[in-house]
Formats: sequence, C-alpha cells, structure tokens
Amino acid sequence: MSAIHKVIGTETEFGISVRNAPDFNPVLASSIVVNSYAGLRAKIQWSHEEESPGRDARGFGPEGGILPDLDGGLVNVVLGNGARFYVDHAHPEYSAPESYDPYEAALYDKAGEVVLARAAAEAAAILEDGQSLVIHKNNSDGKGNSYGSHENYLMNREVPFSDVVDYFTTFLVTRQVFTGSGKLGSENGRIAVPFQLTQRADFFEEEVGLETTLKRPIINTRDEPHGDPSKYRRLHVIIGDANMSEVQNLLKLGSAAIILMAIEDGVIPDSLRLARPVDATWQVSHDLELTKPLELAEGGTATALELQGRYLEWARKYAENNDLPPSYDRVLTEWESVLDDLERDPLSTADRLDWAAKYRLLQEYRERDGLDWDASKLRLLALQYHDVDPSKGLFYKLEQAGRIRKLFTPAEVETAVNEPPARTRAYFRGKSVRKYGESLVAANWDSLVFDSGEETLKRVPMMEPLRGTKELVSDLLDRSGDAASLLRALGEDDE
Amino acid sequence: MSDREQKRTDRRTSETEEVAEEIEASDEAQEVTERIDDLLDEIDSVLEENAEEFVKNYVQKGGE
Repeated sequence: MSAIHKVIGTETEFGISVRNAPDFNPVLASSIVVNSYAGLRAKIQWSHEEESPGRDARGFGPEGGILPDLDGGLVNVVLGNGARFYVDHAHPEYSAPESYDPYEAALYDKAGEVVLARAAAEAAAILEDGQSLVIHKNNSDGKGNSYGSHENYLMNREVPFSDVVDYFTTFLVTRQVFTGSGKLGSENGRIAVPFQLTQRADFFEEEVGLETTLKRPIINTRDEPHGDPSKYRRLHVIIGDANMSEVQNLLKLGSAAIILMAIEDGVIPDSLRLARPVDATWQVSHDLELTKPLELAEGGTATALELQGRYLEWARKYAENNDLPPSYDRVLTEWESVLDDLERDPLSTADRLDWAAKYRLLQEYRERDGLDWDASKLRLLALQYHDVDPSKGLFYKLEQAGRIRKLFTPAEVETAVNEPPARTRAYFRGKSVRKYGESLVAANWDSLVFDSGEETLKRVPMMEPLRGTKELVSDLLDRSGDAASLLRALGEDDE
Repeated sequence: MSDREQKRTDRRTSETEEVAEEIEASDEAQEVTERIDDLLDEIDSVLEENAEEFVKNYVQKGGE
C-alpha cells in the first residue's frame, strides 16, 4: 500500500473587467480587487518558495486601501481561511487552502467566489463614478485567451511519474463529460461548433509537459511539492474548468482523488490508452450527444462514457477495499448517477453540471427570442452565467429558481470564507493570520515567518500537509497570547 | 345495473379520467412554460445593459 491521504486544493484565476471602462488596465484592476479585500484585514505577504525571508518582506501594501503600488510587485496576501489571494498575470487568483477531502475542497473553492464578490464590491469605492468591477469564474474570453483553474492532489513521491501519465491521461480526457462548464463556439483554431462541453479543451495541445500558458499539456509536470520533497509530489492538474456547481466540483475533485489513490496502489488494471489523446480531448468536448467513439491505442474504440464506466467500476472496488473519508461515498453515488443520466438524456444533468445548465438556458432563450447561436445576447448569457456577484450571476439565479442542486448551506460557506480547514496545516496558517496577524510578516504553503520583536525574523516550517491541524495545535494557539509566546512554545516542542 | 350498463359507465368514467389527465398535463406544461418565462424575464432584468458592447469588450489577457 503506497497510497497517501489525498490533500486537495484548487486554484482559480478569475476573469476581470471594469464596466464602462473597457481599456482599464487588468493588472491594476486585479490589484485593486485583491487589495480591497485584504484591506479589511492584516496584510501579510505571501513569500515565494525559494526566497529566504528578510526584513524587506515586512509591511507590504498601503494600510489605507488606496491604489496599490504597482512597482512594488504584485499584490499577494494570505487570508484568515488559509487561502492565498493574489494577482497572477492579469487576473485575481484565489488559491484555496489545503483541504482534507473533496467535500471540503469544493466548499473552500465556493468560498473563493464569495471572497471575490466581496472584494469587487469593496473596490467599487475607489473607482470612478459609473465604473464597477465584474468578476467571472470562467476560463476563456471566447477570443482565444484562456486562464486557469487548477487542481492539486498530494501524492506519494515513490510513485513513478510515468504511472501518472500512463493511467491518468484517459481519465482526464474522458471526465470532461462531467467536468465541463460549457462554452459557446470554439477557439484556438479548433473546428467550429455552436457549443461545447468545456471551456478549456480547445487550448490543450500536448500530452505531457511543463507549460501552463501555451502548448498546454493534458498531464502537467510542474514539480513543486510545497511539502517535504523526499516524500511528496503535488500533482498539478491544469485540464479542468472552474465550476460554479457545488455537486459538480465535488464529483470532479473526488473522482480524480480516488483514481490517483488507485494509481498509487497500482490497482488500475488497464491504462485504456487512447490512440490520440489530444485529438480525443477536443472530440469529447465537442460531442454534445456523448456518443462519439474514441480510438484506443490497442485497437478498437470506446465512448467517453464507456471509459468513465470502467474508472467508476475500479473506483468502487478501491473504495470497498480501503478506508476513505465518508464524503467519497457521495462522490461515488454522484459519479454513478451522472454517468447513467448522461447516457439516458444528457440534459437531465442540468440540475448539477454547469455545461448542461448553461446549454439548457441558452436553448430556452433561443426558443423564446428566436436567437441564432452567434447572437450577442447568447454570448452575454453564457458569460454572465459565471459572474460571482450574487445579484447578477446567472448560475445563482438558476440556483435560486431551484434548478440547480446545492451541496452547502450558506452558513458552511460563510465559515469557510473566514475560518481555515481544521484537518490540514492550513489550520495553523489561517489561525496564525487571524490571531498573530500583526507579527506575521510572510507566509507560504510550507512556512510562516514571524517578527516577534526580536533581532531576527523566525521561520516556522510546515513541511507536513497533515500537521498543524486543529487537533495538534489548537491547545498551543489557545495558550499563546502573542507571537513571541507561540514561538517560545514551538521551540520547547522541538527540544 | 346490467353488465352492459356497468361497462358503459366504466368506459365513460375512464374517458372522463383521460380527459382530466390531458387537461392536467397541459396545465402542467403551461405552468412549466410560465415558470421558464418568469425566470427568463428575471434574468433579462439583471443582464448587462448593452450585450453587443459588453461581449465585444470582453478581452482577457492570458494567465496561469
């Protein structure tokens, strides 16, 4: 048995634009958004992996919430829920805290929408009259530009990377039937279609590689473990859409996590290798009927649904033989019913899959208003589906109308906006931000840097994603009134 | 009541039921249509003002 617990975390780059100011610099707009939200809280800089902390890391960002200093680097902060919130290229990005299971990971991903919506609302105060920010949780502007939604899964370093390539590729290609957020048209030189399952498929051009911004690969080889590099690998999955649907996100994260555990344990019996994985990626996304046969490398063909049926079967078996957190039961139930429903009537999944919900809405508009597929109004509807403003976002309208199944209560989401997950090191990070924010000068995934008034800054490493949990550190945090006493107590623990 | 009369009555009852079901079904379809219309009207009221302009201006620089 070499499978390790699947700590999961998502990263989302949000689309950003300013109403009535189409030429507004997106980097500035993104900085304003991040700074506005962070402006309400202590500003703690995110320090980059290899940098050793220094005094200049201190006091980042203006306290007043005025325009950020662009020359001073990009705005980059850590939140009280353990998330990282920053400007990546020309987008605000929310990297959710490490979560214990797929349910929690989907919940903290949802919390990110709330963070962005509140930040955008706060930012309105420093924009000119008539201007306001619009934030979309999507992955494409429909004009050939794509931005990411990445998933991260903690893996055992011992597993050869070639196993991931061999056994995970076909899973990623075929899961698009239930992971897509739906897109009007095609981009990046792909064949013309009126509508397709995913936002991202058109942008994938390689089977394996390091790139994330061009020639995107199905399997991304970025190797930054954000933990003990002798024990862990962080698998960075870039071929996925940002999902609005809670159930869909649970299914996306949970199904991938089970398959990865099965790969680690070497119990996936067949690689189901596709003859041409990249072509198949486009084919699956473009096939609304979900009936197109994909060519297999060993000869013969199978549909994406048939191949997913095999993965589900293996995942069920894996769950029967191993002790997984309870939310995986829900993942398996949803997985089975979504495959059955997609087989029977793809649009019957409009109550849980973004692509189907969006497609159904567009069809209703086409019927009522007699619109062609290229009508501006349809483009706007497809875009506004992803607006994170609760009063404007069409996903939320469908949800309020009872057309989308929910997973989380508003109270759960609110807690996730403010409090860190209890069962990973994100707990220690988030709680430290909340309790010792003034002494915390920098943070990243695997360390915190404190200035407790002594001569040197003190770095607290967190190389184990499953330590720093509520169970392990809540007493310590309760006992330590300030950062100095926390550091003293940590020093004693070391001895 | 003779058997024949009984059958006729049964038939009538079942015909009446069928008609009632049809009316119910069309009521339901109408309700669904009305619900969709209400939803689309609500969505229309929150859509960005100038669809053409808005989607034309929606350009995102790359990321990741």
